[in-house]
Amino acid sequence: MDLLSKLLAENEWLMADGATGTNLFNRGLEAGEAPELWNVDQPDKIRALYQDSVDSGSDIFLTNSFGGTAARLKLHNAQDRVRELNKLAAELGREVADKAGRPVVVAGSVGPTGEIFEPLGPLSHAEAVEMFQEQGAALLEGGADVLWLETISAPEEYRAAAEAFANINAPWVGTMSFDTAGRTMMGVTSSDMVEMVHSIENRPIGFGANCGVGASDLLRTIQGFKAANPELPIVAKGNAGIPKFVHGHIHYDGTPELMGKYAVMVRNSGAKIIGGCCGTMPEHLKAMRKALEETPMGAAPTDEEITAVLGGFSSESDGTGEVTAPKRVRRRRK
Amino acid sequence: MSDEEDDLILDELNDEDLVLQMHDDLYDGMADEIFEAVHILLKRGWVPYDILTKALVEGMRIVGIDFRDGILFVPEVLLAAGAMKRGMGILKPLLIETGAPQLGKMVIGTVKGDIHDIGKNLVAMMMEGAGFEVFDLGINNPVEDYIDALKRENADILGMSALLTTTMPYMKIVIDTMKEQGIRDDYIVLVGGAPLNEEFGKAIGSDAYCRDAAVAVETAKEFMARKHNQA
Repeated sequence: MDLLSKLLAENEWLMADGATGTNLFNRGLEAGEAPELWNVDQPDKIRALYQDSVDSGSDIFLTNSFGGTAARLKLHNAQDRVRELNKLAAELGREVADKAGRPVVVAGSVGPTGEIFEPLGPLSHAEAVEMFQEQGAALLEGGADVLWLETISAPEEYRAAAEAFANINAPWVGTMSFDTAGRTMMGVTSSDMVEMVHSIENRPIGFGANCGVGASDLLRTIQGFKAANPELPIVAKGNAGIPKFVHGHIHYDGTPELMGKYAVMVRNSGAKIIGGCCGTMPEHLKAMRKALEETPMGAAPTDEEITAVLGGFSSESDGTGEVTAPKRVRRRRK
Repeated sequence: MSDEEDDLILDELNDEDLVLQMHDDLYDGMADEIFEAVHILLKRGWVPYDILTKALVEGMRIVGIDFRDGILFVPEVLLAAGAMKRGMGILKPLLIETGAPQLGKMVIGTVKGDIHDIGKNLVAMMMEGAGFEVFDLGINNPVEDYIDALKRENADILGMSALLTTTMPYMKIVIDTMKEQGIRDDYIVLVGGAPLNEEFGKAIGSDAYCRDAAVAVETAKEFMARKHNQA
């Protein structure tokens, strides 16, 4: 059994990590540069990034390989370095995890290709599978315990990754980003995702939501998953508030205290793996761990409780349930 | 709505119904029907500029409203924009020939390190749909590319897009460089991207943050109107 499944069986909940990009900026990454190149050029800073997660109480941390598909590395003329950069991302992670003194899952981060699938865009299913497989194999080779697909918008892309991971027998987790009126950019609702995940042959260990808009929206999405009776554990990795530009740096406005509240509320809403995304720093993670350990399980928060603590939703509805928006009258059908 | 209506013959509709039908067909992303309808209107003696504004721009405006309101999502808007492009393919040379008015010219691209061009493409298509000329720099643009294109194309508007925490700050680098060169105020600078917000747009020195493609079009129109008033 893979380490993540084992830990899930033994624990009521697990804590994942926080931001990668935000934390690397604080260590001197320049805007526009590829974080993945730091696996080679600045390995100590990547080790330190991972170590921060471990020291803050994370049971799982994601490798520095979000943009590690050939499609993304091409931007930096590093499309031929997929194996090297991803393998190294996992190796550095393995090093840190093996010294932790407790079981910590090294999760090989796999982000979207950034391309649109056929017929609307240029990317074919076969090409996508090939790219995900290439990246996934390198992460496993470097010692990743599981693969971790994140920030996906299109169901086609999620399915392509599932197929790629099946080809290399990789245990995996996959989350989508719900940032457009409660749906993904491509229009997927929380209940759509549950249905999709159930229909996939190579099912993930867990599924869920990451990034998106704010903590309130993310909570609503998690509750949407729960309402659709998922058979798999739910993952929640929300941003630490919204991005602001302060003294020339990006700063997310969610405080550690608020992220602690978010962690408890999202666990009460049904999430079993809880972490942060953009803007989530070690101090946020520590506050989340403490809040999760010290607060007993409770009832899922109502919409009113969510907005009172974490702020308003970005849209009235999340697209699930009855259609509330008036459909335009069509003169003929498609 | 029965299946019989699928057999609708576009050329049998009067002008008014045909234009309404085009709005629907754009909404449904029916490129062949738009292509046919544009030809029918040209044959009936419509000037290209009227076809552009009354049929295509108005149709895309409705698409933009439903995109903004979370009724349509990216796949539907891409289909609609594809249909509009088919129509524009016929109209573009005719518009140039007839010297139809231009709303303004925009240079657009995602910033260095950012490959995510879906939003950028939507903005480019909606801007074209609204009657702007768009010069698309594509993805991964260093500051020099933006500034060269703005000067070379004699553009009015700069549009920058970033989707990642790691690339958002690059927008500020571009704006700061424009300031250093004393050309910042020669252009309207609009920024967009899912993680951004209004406050962020202001903090980096842009003129406006545009939440989505429909808002980008409205904002561009508004700023162009102000610019004309000043001139």
